[in-house]
Amino acid sequence: MPRYLIRRLGQALLVMAGVVALTFVITRMVPGDPAVAYAGPKATPEQLAEVRARFGLDDPLWVQLGNYVRDLVTGDWQTSLHTRRPVLEDLYHAFPASLELVGAGLVIAVVAGIPVGVLAARFRGRFPDFSVRLTSMLAVSLPVFWLALALQTVFASNLGWFPVAGEYDSALDTTSPLTLWTNITVVDALITGNWPILTSTLAHLVLPALVVAAYPAGVIAQMVRATLIEEASQDHARLERALGFRETTILTRFALRPALNPVLSLIALVFAYAIVNGFLVEAVFNWPGLGRYAVNAISSSDTPAVAGVTLLVALMYVLANLVVDLLQGVVDPRARAR
Amino acid sequence: MSALPEAAPLRRTLPRVTDRFALAGAVLIALIALAALLAPWLAPHPPDEVDPFAALRPPDAAHWFGTDAAGRDVLTRVLYGGRTSLFIAVTVLAVSATTGVLLGVVAGYAGGWVRDVIMRITDVFLAFPALLLSVALAVVLQPSVTTVIVAIAVTWWPWYARLSASMAASIATRPYVDAARCLGVPAPMIILRHVLPNSLTPVLVQVSLDGGGVILTAAALSYLGLGAQEPTAEWGLMVEQGQSLFTTNWWVVTFPGLAILLTAFAFNVLGEGLRNALDPRRIVK
Repeated sequence: MPRYLIRRLGQALLVMAGVVALTFVITRMVPGDPAVAYAGPKATPEQLAEVRARFGLDDPLWVQLGNYVRDLVTGDWQTSLHTRRPVLEDLYHAFPASLELVGAGLVIAVVAGIPVGVLAARFRGRFPDFSVRLTSMLAVSLPVFWLALALQTVFASNLGWFPVAGEYDSALDTTSPLTLWTNITVVDALITGNWPILTSTLAHLVLPALVVAAYPAGVIAQMVRATLIEEASQDHARLERALGFRETTILTRFALRPALNPVLSLIALVFAYAIVNGFLVEAVFNWPGLGRYAVNAISSSDTPAVAGVTLLVALMYVLANLVVDLLQGVVDPRARAR
Repeated sequence: MSALPEAAPLRRTLPRVTDRFALAGAVLIALIALAALLAPWLAPHPPDEVDPFAALRPPDAAHWFGTDAAGRDVLTRVLYGGRTSLFIAVTVLAVSATTGVLLGVVAGYAGGWVRDVIMRITDVFLAFPALLLSVALAVVLQPSVTTVIVAIAVTWWPWYARLSASMAASIATRPYVDAARCLGVPAPMIILRHVLPNSLTPVLVQVSLDGGGVILTAAALSYLGLGAQEPTAEWGLMVEQGQSLFTTNWWVVTFPGLAILLTAFAFNVLGEGLRNALDPRRIVK
């Protein structure tokens, strides 16, 4: 176990180093001279030289890379050109809102995707299976931004069943202000017993969370169906059938447990995907998370902010994969050998 | 690395691709491609014909899908948008599949440190969700259709590298490869003649499944203003331009969105069908 652990950790560190290097390359790919961008077009050559010296732009690339890594590690993620605040501070405020949205979406996806996948596997090749396969393929083919716009227009603007945009009714900030603990609004409202904000946030969460859930729900349903069908053709399933267990019991009691392992690693894969898909959803529903931050940064060509978001999400992805791999090593001894 | 179940060679399996999904997907894609190719003849209006007096007309006999805020025919622009989207998808898939498969096959066949180096590089690129790295790249490059292609291709090749590396690794241990090696066939020749052709089946399935993903990513980038620019007809861009009109003029946003959905769906149906037909046991990504 320790050797497996060390190898896997080493691998994750290597990938993180690569991620940092790649982000560095991207930030240095900005067209034009960064010194001119900072000092303005009217700067004299002396001023430009001073700016270059101050930011180390004259240093060899590997020295610049070293400085970049040092800054990242010491918590200096540069300053956003748009908000004029340190990028790390902006991310600290935006990330919890994204986690809230993606978390809600993934919960919906798991709760909907697993039973639907079981249903399809139970009636393999018959009508329920066909309709589940068709629906899940539709779910993964939906352009998220369009789905978000459509749900918003129909259920919020036209029917008025749900709020149109935002995380909660901003008037509540004065009538029942929220004490921040985790920065995740739902959790904080629950801890402090702030019911007005809790109900308002949940109502605001329904539509965007449904949009975020569409893709993962489809993928999870497909994966559960496929693994269950494979499990149901194994020897143990034949034995269970011979012992007189009903097909539904075999699937849910015996086959589902081993089938959940690939679903676990799938969720890690889908997590990062959902965060990035969440960008588009956040932009449509004006959800105050990473996505809205990134979209604002894009429209103002705010490279430090975009690089910060990129780095954060990529690191989250590496971490999520690491955690899932280690968990699987605990759950399934066969995984350690790989 | 888990061993992949052996896929039957392409030549022998293609004739029995009778899976209904595969067939339906192929027909759908053929129809969409045909509509895009024939857009100049099919479209009822020129793509950039601006008519301020016919702005925001609801669908009627003259404009089946209505007109947008500039009075341009939405059906025409949806047809022309198909050209942009399919061009992006085909280019991205060709570039990334070629790069990924070549690197992957070399890594899988060579093994050892060559494989380690290539796979670690692949892991780094895999850590970036496609849309994310595309956003980062598109911000520093000038937004255009070319930028979209470059950005998506950069994030897509690792999947093919990983897939074909594991295929190639299992093929490299086959007796016929050993035999070729013993006869003194040089390694590049073995890779080209034996390893590469036998690793292609899962790649084919993956390519058709990925068609949908590329279309969706490209549309999302254009929606964010990082892709095709006005006056190019592009579905994501059309949704972006019409989004403020959704409540009052639903057709401006609905039809381009449906076009994206239908095209992505067609690729997914084809991929799913091919996967079933070629190898019922394999589960991708």
